[in-house]
Amino acid sequence: MYLERNSKSLLILTGLLVLAMLATVVGCQSTPTPQIPGPAPTSTLTVGQPAPTAEPTEETEFESTPDPTPTPAPDGTQITEAGSTTVQPLAEKLAEAFSAQHPDVEITVQGGGSSVGVKSAGEGTVDVGAASREIKESELQEFPDLQIFTIARDGIAIVAHPDVPVDGLTKELVKDIFAGEITNWNEVGGPDKLIVVVSREEGSGTRAAFEEMVMGKEGPPIVDTAILQPSNGAVRTTVSTTPDSIAFLSFGYLDESVKTLTIDGVEPTEANAASGDYPIVRPLNLLTNGEPTGVVEAWLDFILSAEGQAIVVEEGYIAVK
Amino acid sequence: MRKANLTFHALRECNKAMQTRYAVDRFVKYLLLLSALVSIFVVFLIGLFTLREGWVAFREIGLRALLTGRVWRPGRDEFGLLAMIAGSVLVTIGAMLLGVPLALGCAVFLAEVAPPGVRAIVRPAVELLAGIPSVVYGLFGMVVLVPLVRCIPVPGNTGYGLLSASIVLAVMILPTITNIAEDAIRAVPRAYREGALALGATRWQTIVSVTLPAARSGIVAAIILGVGRALGETMAMIMVIGNSVIVPRPLNDNPLTIFLSQARTLTGNIAVEINYATGLHESAIFATGAVLFVLIMIVNSAAHILIQGKAK
Repeated sequence: MYLERNSKSLLILTGLLVLAMLATVVGCQSTPTPQIPGPAPTSTLTVGQPAPTAEPTEETEFESTPDPTPTPAPDGTQITEAGSTTVQPLAEKLAEAFSAQHPDVEITVQGGGSSVGVKSAGEGTVDVGAASREIKESELQEFPDLQIFTIARDGIAIVAHPDVPVDGLTKELVKDIFAGEITNWNEVGGPDKLIVVVSREEGSGTRAAFEEMVMGKEGPPIVDTAILQPSNGAVRTTVSTTPDSIAFLSFGYLDESVKTLTIDGVEPTEANAASGDYPIVRPLNLLTNGEPTGVVEAWLDFILSAEGQAIVVEEGYIAVK
Repeated sequence: MRKANLTFHALRECNKAMQTRYAVDRFVKYLLLLSALVSIFVVFLIGLFTLREGWVAFREIGLRALLTGRVWRPGRDEFGLLAMIAGSVLVTIGAMLLGVPLALGCAVFLAEVAPPGVRAIVRPAVELLAGIPSVVYGLFGMVVLVPLVRCIPVPGNTGYGLLSASIVLAVMILPTITNIAEDAIRAVPRAYREGALALGATRWQTIVSVTLPAARSGIVAAIILGVGRALGETMAMIMVIGNSVIVPRPLNDNPLTIFLSQARTLTGNIAVEINYATGLHESAIFATGAVLFVLIMIVNSAAHILIQGKAK
């Protein structure tokens, strides 16, 4: 009797718990839809708030008065940035420098990748998105209000294992190697060794920029036997330890462990990239949804000012002004 | 009258005490039930979440195209998981071929052969292997194993690929299989061994024909857990397997060179691309997770059936 009643109540309890699970799940399912765009308006609103109070003098106010007294509500002094991991360290420096001048402004910098940067800026989940490549046609169609601010330029170098005797290639040859049409170093003046192609994974801003500038928009894809590594650092390690390997690498990651190749006879240096002689250079973009206002505008102005561009150069990128 | 009353009173008191004890009993029982249900709940939630996120991909791409497509090129909206499924399965087979004999040998040694002093050193050392973080295995593989594997003189062998990954995995699953298999072997009643020895069997004959068969279900469970761990390993795999989206193929006439081919695992596919994925691509990544989930469920169920079938 006791047992029977007990097992029955056990059954009921189990049933109730399962119901509770389902309820949670259903609850889960209905919330995300409004939740994802949910914080978006609020965060843009908070940043937008200072605008009506002092729109024309906004910028001067922020530029000239480090004293936070005249600034509006404290929640209006936060900027969130997300996107390209290439831009991330630079954005952090630029945020730090800006916050040093405006202690009341708090800037949060996150990664996520270029596609995430475009998407979150377009959807308004962050105030500023970052992309280390050109914005795609399809993305502009999806988010027509996107404003693009090129804050710096970054070169992409072609690197090889230090023992590779080849010193330079043409852009065409690089394309053929990455497309898998040239597979042996002896076809480009090297020894009779198979070329090991190392690349970033699909979706990486560095890869997208490389594909666009070297492989061509409608060009062949990168050969499918390429070793793929998920970060610039891992690509560098792989190239430095794998004989006969070749890869592309952001200028910021170049060091002694890999050999840089000249492209069409031009050394991959910042000076050559800035002068336009070096052909593989990509923009680093910050994006806002609609014209920036308030602190966001002040931050972007700071980045494009002489002071901001000095930081860009200091960090190893090419200034845009 | 008074006496009867007293008895009644005592009985009532006794009954009360019993009821309190029953209540505590029930409470503990439900508490335990709750803990059990929480774990089911979590598995259930994760499964549901993965399926829900991957649903768009299953609908837009189609299950068949997803499972049999050889090309994975999210930039051009091509999502085929065959290369990754093949990669995961092959690397697991490779790890099992290398790891299972090693782990079973180790387990038999620890349970049957090793004197207590040796066991006291070997066992903690094997357990220590389980404590090494996956990324350290990956680093070791990348810096030590990959250059070694590259020495195999086959054109197109870069060192990165299934063989390096299988070796790393074999070491990673060693402690899992060894510990569980050793416990299973130890659980075989002493009388079985004594019986075999009394019949004149040698120590080795006893181990092979009596002890190991008796511990079979535990050993199968150990191997299955190892398979599960191997299928789920991510970080170390990304670092040594090359991550190329190709269905592994032999590099020359020798079919064994398939293990020198680069590959990508299902887990690697998720970890490498989730940072960048949006829209359909993101959903396809979750679909990858769902496929992995199903694969592991199949392995577990197969093990279940195998163990039960043999027990009968």
